[in-house]
Amino acid sequence: MPYHLQTLAKIGSEISLEIDSPLTYQSVVDAVELAYPMLRGTIRDHVTHQRRPLLRYFVCSKDVSHESPDTLLPDAVLSGSEPFIIWGAVAGG
Amino acid sequence: MSGVRVLVGTAKGAFILTADESREKWHVEGPIFAGWTIYHLKASPLNSDRIYASQCSDWFGQIIQRSNDGGKTWEQPGGEAQPEFTGQPAGASNKFVYEGHVGTHMWYDGTPHPWEFKRIWHLEPSLTDIDVVYAGAEDAALFRSNDGAMTWQELPGLRSQRGSEWQPGAGGLGVHTILLDPANPKRIYVAISAAGAFRTDDGGTTWKPINRGLRSKYIPDPDAEIGHCVHRLAMHPSRPDVVFMQLHWNVMRTDNAGDLWTNISGNLPTDFGFPIEVHPHEPETIYVVPIKSDSEHYVHEGKLRVYRSRTGGMVWEPLTNGLPQENCYVNVLRDAMATDTLDECGIYFGTTGGQVYVSPDGGDHWKAIVHDLPRVLSVEVQTLP
Repeated sequence: MPYHLQTLAKIGSEISLEIDSPLTYQSVVDAVELAYPMLRGTIRDHVTHQRRPLLRYFVCSKDVSHESPDTLLPDAVLSGSEPFIIWGAVAGG
Repeated sequence: MSGVRVLVGTAKGAFILTADESREKWHVEGPIFAGWTIYHLKASPLNSDRIYASQCSDWFGQIIQRSNDGGKTWEQPGGEAQPEFTGQPAGASNKFVYEGHVGTHMWYDGTPHPWEFKRIWHLEPSLTDIDVVYAGAEDAALFRSNDGAMTWQELPGLRSQRGSEWQPGAGGLGVHTILLDPANPKRIYVAISAAGAFRTDDGGTTWKPINRGLRSKYIPDPDAEIGHCVHRLAMHPSRPDVVFMQLHWNVMRTDNAGDLWTNISGNLPTDFGFPIEVHPHEPETIYVVPIKSDSEHYVHEGKLRVYRSRTGGMVWEPLTNGLPQENCYVNVLRDAMATDTLDECGIYFGTTGGQVYVSPDGGDHWKAIVHDLPRVLSVEVQTLP
């Protein structure tokens, strides 16, 4: 999780969540928002559920931000061996 | 002993500055919400411990924070984790949704541009109800919460005032001023860059432009009903029909609740600027900080000078004692000036260079409380018992 969302939700950089089927990118974000309502609107739009433009989703070393939110999670994420990464787009100095 | 609490919003967090009534020794706390842009903080006039903050980020959007203990701790109202569904709205304190057909406003190039919520510029807690608070948004709209900022509803009558013709100022299309009339709870003034000033007399259902007398040479019709780049309004609570305005160029006043404005720039060295404030005990004493021009957003001649008029305008005197008078090129933004209400009134302002200045004697003498904060976006002051 991005640093600023960690401070908002008072969580660490990594969280573990139980997710109901279907196990998709969208269900990950659904579960994050259910567990941490203070993060609603910060990762995706409240109404349209569109990912905020300056956030990225990474899975297994791939940028999946533009894949369908209904894409099924890969086995490595389901097994917990790889994280689903929500990250701020790079904007350094 | 009474004292003051200064709420400072900056580009990289909030700061709370406190002092006793002498305003000599200061305690600085912060950064709070470190790394976030804090557009504005403001306390309820009904409970000094309740403070609202507008926290935002281009990455993560808008967050509304609320403190119920004078800024010691903060929460997102309704944002706490809920073990089970309670029926109460959760995580909606940052949900600002325009009412009805969203439509378009005018973009910088004169073409239609879809209305998009970006951030809250200004929060204005109610004078009469602890749980009511207003929020001025970019793109320009006025929102109201009736539950202490847990949920928000737009007052769409404002945008119905030819909103499709409004266009952004350099800083965006935002509602930056919300003045609540202490004598008439149904009357609210707002100002929008660059649409103008508007007034409701029915609590926010219907609105009307109040821009007659403004003259803006940067728009096709200088006397147009809307389209003026109003930078700030200020009012003394004892005379809510008298409103002062820092227009893009020109300092203005109205004595009839905005029905007609007159130019009171008088002998100011330049009448461009952003903030304007009224002395809390002298309704005809007003303060501005002239800026060189709309192309050069820093103080005139490299000198940081607050100008005071004790005559309600036209005749102005520079206040410089304790302020830098050479090689100074900061600006003072529209929401970055405020007053306390102690007997010997204090005036405060923050700069884009990160200084926050105080004058504990109505502007005669100044000193910096802090020198090196991030760019200061807003300053509000609470006078504590």
